[in-house]
Amino acid sequence: MRWRFVIPLVIFMGFVGLFVVGFDLNPRAIPSPLVGKPAPFFSLPRFDQPDQMVTPEMLRGKPYLLNVWATWCVSCRMEHPELMRLAGEGVRIVGFNYKEVRGDASVDARRLSPEAEREWAWARIEEWLQKGGNPYDVVVVDLTGRSAIDYGVYGTPETFFVDAEGIIRHKQVGPISRAIWEGELRAKWLAIAGGEKGGPYERR
Amino acid sequence: MRGRHKRLVIVAVGVALLAAAVGLILSAFRENLVFFITPSEVAAGKAQVGQFFRVGGLVERGSLRREEDGVTVYFRITDTVHGLTVVYRGALPDLFAEGQGAVAEGVLRADGVMEAKRVLAKHDETYMPPEAAAAVEQAKRAAQSMKE
Amino acid sequence: MLAEWGQVALAVAAVVAGLQAVLGLAGAERGWSAWMTAARRAAVAQAVLLGIAFGLLVVLFLKSDFSVRLVASHSTTVTPWYYRMTASWGNHEGSMLLWATALAGWGAAVAGGSSSLTATMRARVVGILGLVSVGFLLFLMLTSNPFERLVPPPAEGRDLNPLLQDPGMILHPPLLYMGYVGTAVAFAFAIAALLTGRLDAAWSRWARPWALTAWVFLTLGIVVGSWWAYYELGWGGWWFWDPVENAALIPWLVMTAFLHSVIVTEKRDAFRAWTVLLAIAAFALSLLGTFLVRSGVITSVHAFATDPTRGLFILGLLAITVGASLALFAWRAPTLSGGGGFNWGAREATLLVNNVLLSVAAASVLLGTVYPLLVEALGGGKLSVGEPYYVAVFVPLMAPAVLLMGIAPFLRWKGDDWRRVGKTIGVDLLVAAGGALAIVGGWGNGSWRAWLGLSLALWVFASSGRLLWRRLVGERREREEKGRSVRVRWRETPAGWWGMWLAHLGVGVFIVGVTVLGALERRLDVKMVPGGSTMLADYRFVFQGVEEVAGPNYKAQRATIEVWQGDRQVAQLRPEKRDYYFSTMPMTEAAIDSTLWRDLYVSLGEPLEGGAWVVVLFYKPMVFFIWLGPLLMAVGGVLAALDRRYRLMGSRGERSKMGIS
Repeated sequence: MRWRFVIPLVIFMGFVGLFVVGFDLNPRAIPSPLVGKPAPFFSLPRFDQPDQMVTPEMLRGKPYLLNVWATWCVSCRMEHPELMRLAGEGVRIVGFNYKEVRGDASVDARRLSPEAEREWAWARIEEWLQKGGNPYDVVVVDLTGRSAIDYGVYGTPETFFVDAEGIIRHKQVGPISRAIWEGELRAKWLAIAGGEKGGPYERR
Repeated sequence: MRGRHKRLVIVAVGVALLAAAVGLILSAFRENLVFFITPSEVAAGKAQVGQFFRVGGLVERGSLRREEDGVTVYFRITDTVHGLTVVYRGALPDLFAEGQGAVAEGVLRADGVMEAKRVLAKHDETYMPPEAAAAVEQAKRAAQSMKE
Repeated sequence: MLAEWGQVALAVAAVVAGLQAVLGLAGAERGWSAWMTAARRAAVAQAVLLGIAFGLLVVLFLKSDFSVRLVASHSTTVTPWYYRMTASWGNHEGSMLLWATALAGWGAAVAGGSSSLTATMRARVVGILGLVSVGFLLFLMLTSNPFERLVPPPAEGRDLNPLLQDPGMILHPPLLYMGYVGTAVAFAFAIAALLTGRLDAAWSRWARPWALTAWVFLTLGIVVGSWWAYYELGWGGWWFWDPVENAALIPWLVMTAFLHSVIVTEKRDAFRAWTVLLAIAAFALSLLGTFLVRSGVITSVHAFATDPTRGLFILGLLAITVGASLALFAWRAPTLSGGGGFNWGAREATLLVNNVLLSVAAASVLLGTVYPLLVEALGGGKLSVGEPYYVAVFVPLMAPAVLLMGIAPFLRWKGDDWRRVGKTIGVDLLVAAGGALAIVGGWGNGSWRAWLGLSLALWVFASSGRLLWRRLVGERREREEKGRSVRVRWRETPAGWWGMWLAHLGVGVFIVGVTVLGALERRLDVKMVPGGSTMLADYRFVFQGVEEVAGPNYKAQRATIEVWQGDRQVAQLRPEKRDYYFSTMPMTEAAIDSTLWRDLYVSLGEPLEGGAWVVVLFYKPMVFFIWLGPLLMAVGGVLAALDRRYRLMGSRGERSKMGIS
């Protein structure tokens, strides 16, 4: 009758196995449906030239990281130094500022006029880029967050890896840290940027 | 012998009890599972009339309508491709708003409207309920693959 | 600098915990008393260090030091000080630190406070607790460092979720965590028993007060949580079968089973392996609860996606701790020699059935909680398991358990004559069922469920009354023979008996609350215009309109609603809709008028044109009993834990008698 004392262990192991499987297939880890598709269209003002609109077509030609961020996002703050480092290594990063004012839980944007919201957003972004440095090739500002919906953004930071043809190759949810970059993202970047002449991270 | 006999009875009764309990749980389980169905799937006929299920997505802008009594509300939940009209009687949750993520739980009527027993809104400022987010992503995936 | 000191305290505590484990386990194995003493000191030191670390975190929050990431993300300068304090454990990292601190506290308590234990037993238990501590502290430092700096520091932080800005939240997490972590002590005792192969009556007496204390914390934690959800969430419910709630209920059910099984182990030397298994299971399920709640696997949102290492780490910790324990169990349990004879129709048997029912109930909740996760993980689509499932399972499982609860205390150990007990019990049962039928009939809208619930509750009361009578007055024949007065009998009654009696009575009180509320509750969602009124039950609610008021860190729309019964005003309720400055989340504050017999519960919906509002009105009869019952159980648990028998036993004469050196 000794075997019966092993039953709990077996059941438990089964449970652990299921959990491990559950982790692997975690729904929040599924690749974005956008992977393999062209970057969805947007037409958003440039931060440095607010009267000029930027579309994904204009960004084509060289691979880039589309980094969705906001100054109220604590994780973005953690991520910023790593972005600075990557920019220093020659990675082209496009900043996609997401709901700068109305996304901020500490601001009641419902009582702001659109002009005030815009003015405030620019001031906040300016301060951020001055203090922490500017890793971005170009920054686009999506005040309402409507364009972000097409990218399936539901939190910040999120980073899309877009190749020279404008196709999304990978989506990173959550902040990019040194460890995550070195661990898996670097290879993904190399895969889309490596072939390009004179580009960053040329295949060695 | 009496002792062994007794033991046998106990084991038998115990096993019967356990089997009954397990049977009870499993049958209760089957009957009370609530499936999550996206608006697109509803449009494709995946939900039966009279079925109790959950639907998630964004509350379509401009779709919120209130009846004279003030407590009966109509709105559409959309995954950006298809929408489902929901009717609900009662106070809506704090974070319920047009253009925001929401989940409704209820029964599909013959006229294609969901009669909701419960409405949940997103519970954090920046994030959608995962089910609502999943519905939107799924619909987009489908829409994109259709374009190609 | 404070944050760095906190970091240092954490690291040193981890090292000390390692020492505690090695010294305790090796010392006990070899019989080196110096090592065993050192292990106990280490346990105390570890608790002090973690107390300091946690204290520092609270200070950082009070000082609003936004150079610490945790503070910046969960607190602002205009948050009142007491909520800045609670903010320190209202988040993942802080609550994990609280977990570890509580664990060390329990370790120190065992090290310093259980003089009745033999030195080796104590060293083993302390050592095992040290081992668990090491795992948790590593988890803290590697994946969830609460003292992490944020460069550059922001000028202002993000506010704590307004839901958590509530007095209930001050109490709820610490209580629950003390309960969760307390299961670790029972677990440590179980592992020590497996290591030594000794599991006897003395072991049960040692382990029981600890298990009882943990169970009391767990009970109180659940009650406070339920009460908080009731008045804070504004939905009027008291239990939602939410994964977070289930995560606390599952270990509670298993601990309850353990407390009953350990009695049999003590009195009759039976169920040994089972008792040990329950202790391991309770701890495993507490860990799992932490895992589910804190990793966000089920409650999801974003936390998990940003840092899957946390979930994996806890899963690893769980796999190692519980896997090793169960392997040890498989190996050693057969050597825990089987118990004495077993007699059907005796108390053992009812306790066995009770254990089966409680365990199955725990398993069913676990299934309902975990199944949606598994199905989704295996690609079967999203689904959820709602309240109907739990009700369908719980009622048929718990009804026989409650029935047996009224019988068991009358039964004798070993063997009993069913006919002897049957006569009196039969009468009580008939009275309860008949009484319930009369009452439910009087309601006019009674269901069989209401009848069943009320019958069970009346049955508990009847048998509790009879039990008390037996205890204090006794049967006439007995009284004449022994000639003992009620007063003597009162004095002779041990605290443990009162504990059992109160806890069982509490079950009855709880069932009354649930049943009456379920049958007679009234809810009305209604549009109200200023000056208008609505009837609910026999109360008239008069809506006086809404005004704007300001709080310390919010402004609110506050309605005034008068409640009249006939021509007498019974209450004035002021529900609010709050807008916190640092959060765009609006919050509904319900207003409640409570008496023992009923609650009137009002919350504001949304504004309509012309000063009208959607208002949700509840009439909730006897809802207070739902919390009163568990409170009685907790008081019972305290009484039982304080029972002198557990403390004296084994300290003097008993020890030599039991052959323990």
